[in-house]
Amino acid sequence: MNSNQHTGKPDAFTLGPLEEGPACCDPQPVVQVRNLSLLYDGKIALDKVTLDIYKGCITALIGPSGCGKTSFLSAINRLTDLIPGCRVTGEIRVNNRDIHHPDTHVQRLRRQVGMVFQKPTPFPLSIRRNLSLPLNEHGISNKTEVAAITGQVLRDVGLWDEVHDRLDASALSLSGGQQQRLCIARALALKPQILLMDEPCSALDPLASGVVEDLIRRLRGRYTIVIVTHNLAQARRIANYAAFFWVSGRAGQLIEFGRCQHIFESPSHELTAAYINGVRG
Amino acid sequence: MLTDKLLMGILRAGALMAALVMLLILIFLMHESWPALSTLSIGRFMTDASWHPLEGAYNLMPMLSGTLLASAGALLLAVPLGLASAIFIVFYAPPYPAAIYKRLIELLSGIPSVVFGFWGLTTLVPLINQWHPPGASLLAGIGVLALMILPTVTLTAYTALAAVPDELLRNAAALGLSRWGMVQGVAMPAARTGIAAGIILAAARALGETMAVLMVAGNVVQYPETLFDPVRTLAANIALETAYAMGDHRAVLFVSGLLLMLLVMALSGVAGLLEKRRHA
Amino acid sequence: MREMKNIHTAQVLRERAVQFLIYVAVLLISAVFIWILADLARGGIAHLSWEFLTESPRDAGRAGGIASILVSTLLILLVALLTAVPVAWTSAILLVEFVPADSPFGKTVRFSLHVLAGVPSIVFGLFGNAFFCIYLGLGFSILSGGLTLACMLLPILTSTAEAGLRAVPHAYRMSASALGMTHTAALVHLILPAAAPVLAAGLLLGIGRALAETAALLFTSGYVERMPDSLLDSGRALALHIFDLSMNVPGGDMPAYASALVLAGLLLCINITAMKFAHGLQRRKIMT
Repeated sequence: MNSNQHTGKPDAFTLGPLEEGPACCDPQPVVQVRNLSLLYDGKIALDKVTLDIYKGCITALIGPSGCGKTSFLSAINRLTDLIPGCRVTGEIRVNNRDIHHPDTHVQRLRRQVGMVFQKPTPFPLSIRRNLSLPLNEHGISNKTEVAAITGQVLRDVGLWDEVHDRLDASALSLSGGQQQRLCIARALALKPQILLMDEPCSALDPLASGVVEDLIRRLRGRYTIVIVTHNLAQARRIANYAAFFWVSGRAGQLIEFGRCQHIFESPSHELTAAYINGVRG
Repeated sequence: MLTDKLLMGILRAGALMAALVMLLILIFLMHESWPALSTLSIGRFMTDASWHPLEGAYNLMPMLSGTLLASAGALLLAVPLGLASAIFIVFYAPPYPAAIYKRLIELLSGIPSVVFGFWGLTTLVPLINQWHPPGASLLAGIGVLALMILPTVTLTAYTALAAVPDELLRNAAALGLSRWGMVQGVAMPAARTGIAAGIILAAARALGETMAVLMVAGNVVQYPETLFDPVRTLAANIALETAYAMGDHRAVLFVSGLLLMLLVMALSGVAGLLEKRRHA
Repeated sequence: MREMKNIHTAQVLRERAVQFLIYVAVLLISAVFIWILADLARGGIAHLSWEFLTESPRDAGRAGGIASILVSTLLILLVALLTAVPVAWTSAILLVEFVPADSPFGKTVRFSLHVLAGVPSIVFGLFGNAFFCIYLGLGFSILSGGLTLACMLLPILTSTAEAGLRAVPHAYRMSASALGMTHTAALVHLILPAAAPVLAAGLLLGIGRALAETAALLFTSGYVERMPDSLLDSGRALALHIFDLSMNVPGGDMPAYASALVLAGLLLCINITAMKFAHGLQRRKIMT
């Protein structure tokens, strides 16, 4: 796919030694969503979505605001549990295990399914503590191990050279782009299988946004990524698969899902075509 | 325009008066303390044999230690309980019980110190007396003081914790942090300045509290050896003796008032600085 | 995988332990609060009657009621409010409406009130005794006590009024000026009515604070328990009455209980009403 190629734009940051994994030519579903509906206070926000997320691929969720993309994303790691009045029906299977099964341990699920938010939200702690806190919570408290993981993930996101001499400084002293990369590193430190990203670049300036985008591209293959983005060009550059959501009435719906190329170049649904062309034009 | 000018004059006069009250208090405390400060050396407040004002012995140290011990003890009790209460309201309780419990704490803060003192005197002191006479003791003072400063700790910690941005908590949950992991790893560090300011404020209240301690602590001038020994605090001493004090004795009481005020002002100054830093 | 399971069991245990401790603390505090109220109610209700409220105390308060005490308390409160409210509210209006927040004058007034708020009440008592009783020659009197309390109330009245005025949307001021209203007219007709609930809440909180106060009145308003004839008479406040009965009058426990019940009940009512006012404002602010 030519959309994968690095455009060679000037890069002020050095990214780490992270290697892109094998391409996902053999689609293996890791997340299977069946008839997922989401209700806020009894009102439907997302209507019967059925969709597979393939291992090692980047799946982009596109569509207008308010069409339930973010809700869909937070349903996958059950962050919807935290929203009062929110009810989820239907089935989501991660690695073939029902995430709503009573035996499912939510914290373990969230370790497996990491998440990065739109706004960079480093905790008001030191850079080091930002990474070690979730590790400690998941039972990794051996100092050498924590230090090794810290170094590894900071290199992975290309922050190591920028911060290795001030790991004990407050994470709030970093720039916006650095903060977002720290948040990605924090999610990666838990070695998740799946990474959910909710418009990770939209709160950043263009330069920082480019760096984060490069980083996401490099994560492909090693992680399964689901990314919500309003930037269609970006979706086209990085994604293997795309899912197009639309609002009808008040409820969000999945209109079309398929290979990125297919969605962008020969969409089967006229709404998709209209949206893509409308935004382009 | 004339009304605006007239109004301005009235307003300025009012504000000026408000500002002058503090100055007036300082001037009068200094003025009344002056006989003691000018004729007795400051060292005597620390080195005199004891507190026998009628015989000219003015050692304030036992009372100062009583004040500090009672306040420290009260903080030791009230800080964990107050933090637990605030964490309960923000993170553990369902909405309705949280609102009720918060209301209860607010009402607790409105109960007058004399009522706390009276309750301590009629309930707490006899209880402690059964356990370890005489009952009226440092422990009783600590208990009553802790109840009185608990709402301050709780409500300030609540405000600080409730102000922690939702995004941080959502992110913490997304990393698979447990509820307590979230509270102690993310929320408490994020709210620490506000919590600290509240604790300092509570300490200031404890130092200056008079009636409740006066009624339950036994008021014997001594360095307490155990929790069950009666003590007298600086504030209680002023309350007990000002009515009949004359000459140097009265002046020394004003000195202790001045000392108390400076202690409290220093603490609330620190709390104010912390608050400012929080908002910056 | 088994190791991970152990970790999570440990975590669940820790989570349960913390939750248990927090609930224990909350139950403990609630229990003590209810214990205090129940104690007061149990001790006080037996002695409380209409006569108790309408008769004056006899035999150092052991017999009779608290009528004269209530009158003195009310008079002290009135003196305090009539002095403190005008000063506090004019300061607040000046600070919010006319003086930039960082002007030297505004800073000085605010700083001085901030310091004043931290002064312990016993120190107010010392000051009141030295200034009002002795320097101004008012003696131990309702007037001295009220004026001392007024100084104490200044910070809370000013800060609540300031908060209330600041909560009035800035658009009110802009549109009033656009209509050519003078600042005074805007203040009287728009801003003060909008801020009224908070002013009322602050006033009630101030009343609560004044009723609860004992230490500042010990040597300013005096101990005399008979019905006051004028503001220059000494008069004993309710809080002080409780203190005196329980500490200095053997056998004074029953009337002390009843008085404490009256005071605590009064304060609970006042504080609940104050909360209602403040709460209503918050909700309205959210809605606009």
